[in-house]
Amino acid sequence: MSAAPPTEGEAGWEAVAPARRRTPAASRTRIVLAVIFAALLVAVPFVVPGYKTSLVIETLIFATLAMSIDLLAGYAGRVSLGHGAIFGIATYVVLYHVTTNAGSPWVGMLLGVVAATLAAVVFALLAIRTSGVYFLLLTLALGMIVWGMCLRWTSVTGGENGLRGTVAPAWLSPQPVFYFFILIVTSVMTWLMWRFARSPFGLTLQGIRESESRMRALGYNVPLHLFIAFTVSGFFAGLAGTLYAFFNSFVSPATVALAQSVEGLLMVIVGGVGTLFGGLVGAAVIIALENVVSFYTERWPMVLGLMFIVTMIFAPEGLLGWGRAVLARRASRKES
Amino acid sequence: MSMTVFQALNGATFAALLFIVASGFTLIFGLMRIVNLAHGALYLVGGYLGLVVAGRSGSFTLALVGAAIAIAIVGFLTYTLLLRFVGGNVLRQVLLTLGLALVLDDLALVIFGGDAFTVPIPETLRGPVQIGTLVYPKYRLFLLLFSVLVFIALALLLRYTRLGALIRAGVDDSEMVDAMGIDIRRVFIYTFMVGAALAGVGGVLGGAFLTLYPTADSDILVFSLAVVIIGGRGSLVGTAIGSLFVGMLATFGQVWFPELAYFVIFGPMALLLAFRPLGLFGKTA
Repeated sequence: MSAAPPTEGEAGWEAVAPARRRTPAASRTRIVLAVIFAALLVAVPFVVPGYKTSLVIETLIFATLAMSIDLLAGYAGRVSLGHGAIFGIATYVVLYHVTTNAGSPWVGMLLGVVAATLAAVVFALLAIRTSGVYFLLLTLALGMIVWGMCLRWTSVTGGENGLRGTVAPAWLSPQPVFYFFILIVTSVMTWLMWRFARSPFGLTLQGIRESESRMRALGYNVPLHLFIAFTVSGFFAGLAGTLYAFFNSFVSPATVALAQSVEGLLMVIVGGVGTLFGGLVGAAVIIALENVVSFYTERWPMVLGLMFIVTMIFAPEGLLGWGRAVLARRASRKES
Repeated sequence: MSMTVFQALNGATFAALLFIVASGFTLIFGLMRIVNLAHGALYLVGGYLGLVVAGRSGSFTLALVGAAIAIAIVGFLTYTLLLRFVGGNVLRQVLLTLGLALVLDDLALVIFGGDAFTVPIPETLRGPVQIGTLVYPKYRLFLLLFSVLVFIALALLLRYTRLGALIRAGVDDSEMVDAMGIDIRRVFIYTFMVGAALAGVGGVLGGAFLTLYPTADSDILVFSLAVVIIGGRGSLVGTAIGSLFVGMLATFGQVWFPELAYFVIFGPMALLLAFRPLGLFGKTA
């Protein structure tokens, strides 16, 4: 690496290179693997009931958040540090509606998603004018406003004590039922995000990531595309936030804090930016690790920080990307 | 009336602290395009170091100098041991500093616990001073004076020294400076050290009146970010104006709308950004 200083042009995140064209045998293996994976997911509440199932529930919820971040980071090339706040707004609205207003959880869920989407609209209007590191800074600052308001606006948010109350209706309270509720909702969301990423619109976003000026020259309305992408991404983050309200029955400023956005982003990076499903892998790895580490030590933030440093230095393309790179190298060695 | 003057002075002195911290941030951001999210953590660690030094030696000056040197060394190590390996990709650098911030904060929490500490200040700076009918803490006025001195020193450094000339040239086009045969890496290292040292000094100064506690770093980082976003990347004057703006808004916001103080700070910031995405004095890269 020469001494060339960084320039703004290199600010985008290199997404993981797309997988190579598959042979029929390879795609058959993929289908088999997918079926096995689905079967494992269905078996979870019966094989490992109790605490471990709740960990899987948490993983599914955070995977949805991670994937919503990846929609922006991996496809539009805009890394957001404000998604934890969007996620948390939805959680706050659900809990406020259910506890303080004594409203229905389903109406709460609807309101939560609407509130998060509206917040995403505001974030998007300000942030789409920027790119690279400015985008990151701006989303960080916007997320911090939300955190500050949740912390100080005690009469509504309960301040540091947060809001507590059972959200999920009684019929959802048996764990297997709740598990399948979450599994079905997050699966549908994942499918929708996958469809979104693969649609012509998603391809246009990738074009914007590669070269904004070229897409503009081709006649695409770049700001509008980014605006829609941010809003859609915020919608999914908000939905994950409402599910978290059902799961956790508690919300405090920690839910909207920077750490939440950071953890979501780390899940995306560990899983591989631009792979979408990598978000699930990342969420599983981080949540599993968090639980193992918390068992031995209270120093989870330090471990999280060290992971960030190590990932950035050694494997910025994440686990999936790293695995793919290793496989590709081996494959090319075999061919030659 | 005198209440308003009192609040305005509070705002100005808070702005003074913000300027010292944010000028270090903007130096690094301006020249190296590195958004050092560990800047708040360096502030906190510097403050804790100052606390220890002042406690042991009883000298506030020694605490300031010690924190400046120690945090400059931390900055040197950060740059040479970590940031060098992710050179080129800005986002990787940002996220690395974020990781570093988490580690440093947690280390500080392990060592100093969750209690709030105040850095002891010398006898001569304690107590109030009377200006006309207004009674005001002496230390805060000292802080105001100190920040003006820092501003002058930085302005002189940037205007008249070789390093300053190189930094100014680097802010505009670091590749060109490199191409002219100047070792820009070394300029980067010096700048990073100066920027870090300013965070450390800020920690000692801030720790003497805002106290040091585990989330003090995020608080100061958010305000510094706001200052730099408003002022524009790498501009000293922009940072000074941004500091005043944020310091005043933060102080009066807390008085007028205690629950929505944060919104009062960031609402105008967001509006400004909508019209000038690069801040008041920001230049396009």
